[in-house]
Amino acid sequence: MFKGTQSYIATQDLQVAVNAALTLQRPLLIKGEPGTGKTVLAFELAKALDRPLIQWHIKSTTKAQQGLYEYDAVSRLRDSQLGDARVHDISNYIVRGKLWEAFVTEPTPILLIDEIDKADIEFPNDLLLELDRMEFHVYETREVIKAKVRPLVLITSNNEKDLPDAFLRRCFFHYIRFPDPDTMVQIVGAHFPNLKHDLLREALTTFYALREVPGLKKKPSTSELLDWLKLLVAEDLSPEVLRSKDNKITIPPMAGALLKNEQDMHLFERLAFMARRGS
Amino acid sequence: MLSRFFYSLREANIPVSLKEYLTLLEALKAGLADYSVESFYYLSRSTLVKDERNLDKFDRVFGATFEGLETPFDTDDSLVAEIPEEWLRALGEKFLTEEEKSAIEALGGFEKLMETLKQRLAEQKEEHHGGSKLIGTGGTSPFGAYGYNPEGIRIGQDKSRHRRAVKVWDKREFRNFDDSVSLGTRNIQVALRRLRRWARQGAANQLDLPGTIAATARNGGSLDLHMVAERHNAIKVLLLLDVGGSMDDHILACEQLFSAARSEFKYLEQYYFHNCPYEGLWKDNRRRDSRVDTWHVLHTYGADYKLVFVGDASMSPYEIAEVGGGVEMYNPEAGQVWIKRFLAAYPHAVWLNPLDERYWPHTHSIGMIDRLMDKRMFPLTLSGLDSAMRELMR
Repeated sequence: MFKGTQSYIATQDLQVAVNAALTLQRPLLIKGEPGTGKTVLAFELAKALDRPLIQWHIKSTTKAQQGLYEYDAVSRLRDSQLGDARVHDISNYIVRGKLWEAFVTEPTPILLIDEIDKADIEFPNDLLLELDRMEFHVYETREVIKAKVRPLVLITSNNEKDLPDAFLRRCFFHYIRFPDPDTMVQIVGAHFPNLKHDLLREALTTFYALREVPGLKKKPSTSELLDWLKLLVAEDLSPEVLRSKDNKITIPPMAGALLKNEQDMHLFERLAFMARRGS
Repeated sequence: MLSRFFYSLREANIPVSLKEYLTLLEALKAGLADYSVESFYYLSRSTLVKDERNLDKFDRVFGATFEGLETPFDTDDSLVAEIPEEWLRALGEKFLTEEEKSAIEALGGFEKLMETLKQRLAEQKEEHHGGSKLIGTGGTSPFGAYGYNPEGIRIGQDKSRHRRAVKVWDKREFRNFDDSVSLGTRNIQVALRRLRRWARQGAANQLDLPGTIAATARNGGSLDLHMVAERHNAIKVLLLLDVGGSMDDHILACEQLFSAARSEFKYLEQYYFHNCPYEGLWKDNRRRDSRVDTWHVLHTYGADYKLVFVGDASMSPYEIAEVGGGVEMYNPEAGQVWIKRFLAAYPHAVWLNPLDERYWPHTHSIGMIDRLMDKRMFPLTLSGLDSAMRELMR
């Protein structure tokens, strides 16, 4: 049973979802704001369960077939020109995909299908049967590849495209919510065990206040907070620097780690300026 | 019990299927719910909901289903029939104290327990008549619903845990993702995707390389060029935005829609009007002197443009129906004449209204515009936008 790890704080709802997927051997679909630890979950899960992790990162050009296998016809053509003996066995030119690897790796691995929404809209449909039955047919060699033990399949999505219903029906689903301040303290504690208490409190206040600023294009997320804290620690800043005077908005030091686009930065500077002028 | 929950979910338009229901049963059988309400909530949520936009609806249905069932004690037959015995036994083992366990033994085992529980619960009910503390809060628990709530009958479940569980779905943290809520900052990306799906259906020509190769091979090697439709956005949009006055409340939503549309459509033309379009429109909202003759607009853009009005349509009825009814200047022709002209010029037209759909009936002019538009007025929410886009594609 998965309970989170030292460096990954899993909320109870996430634990339930992961354990359900583990027990019933169904894929688990993870969604959430960018930077809330969707991909990291797979790494931590592999570490916690001591299983190998196979990663399949999806791009806009990825085809479902590439996850199963590819037939390298060009190499075979070249070998036949050179009179290589390998050419007679077609299986020499079957290149295994990530799904195939996941089916045959021992011990049973965890397969991460990262950002499935990046691919073509038909991509999830093409994998329906393979993920459901955990088997597929290799046309060229006429063999059937079947998983002896079903691997745990983690799928992450950033919601760029709707996933087909038939695909969703076969998965467990979990939406990673943005952590509340209490959970955030735990998360930060897991990453910076020696952080000074004052600094943490000020930093979190600033951080949540920043997320509340209306009209931000990209709200800073957990991963940005962790980066920012790393910078604060490296610069050895005192908590006083972060404390805003008279509750007015000020630009926090190293704000570049939190705000990633210039409109947001600009907006924030303007707000800070107006706050100063109003005082 | 569970099947009722399942049907309530379906009634709330959450797309749950039999497959998911069976998965949930399988998960319960595997002991994943851990005999706690909270785990059951998380497990059923993870199994039955596949889209964060439905999470809020789910929370509401969950709350309603497991709360409205405080007193089903007269139907204890179905109670025994529906809860698997192992559950109860495990539950008992988990929460009963040693004395209570031996008491159960003394009472004659498990079957007797049911009666005792019923009895005890009745006692409790008299003592705390109508109190929300005992069964009320526990009512959301599947056990509580059956009068089996450990909290209500005091067989020792830790209380705070229970109360926290209630809050989990009562907090309704996923309200923002519900698509009947108006567009917010974070929802705009999803809206953009809706527009994109709509826009991907344009047609243009492009060399189809694999097709050409296949055809050439079939042709015995002599070149046979094949063309294929390009996935490019060929849709043209004419956007007419209401500005000023009552629209000030909806500036954010309109801005977001506009920026989404701007990045999405290659052919986008936007004009501004106030309340109702008359003989003049503005190209630039800040410069009212950028006035363009409406006839000019009607003549410039062809009938293949999709017309989208954005406005709350809240005004005095005179502004639509009468000559000279306009608030800003004297209009020689009534607003409805101009709207009809627009509709005649652009067969594909919709009106998006940022006002909450529930308030529409209270404003007479909204009904007038809706009739003028032939019922093609949609709320400016994700689902409204979706239906509007579908209407435009017909």
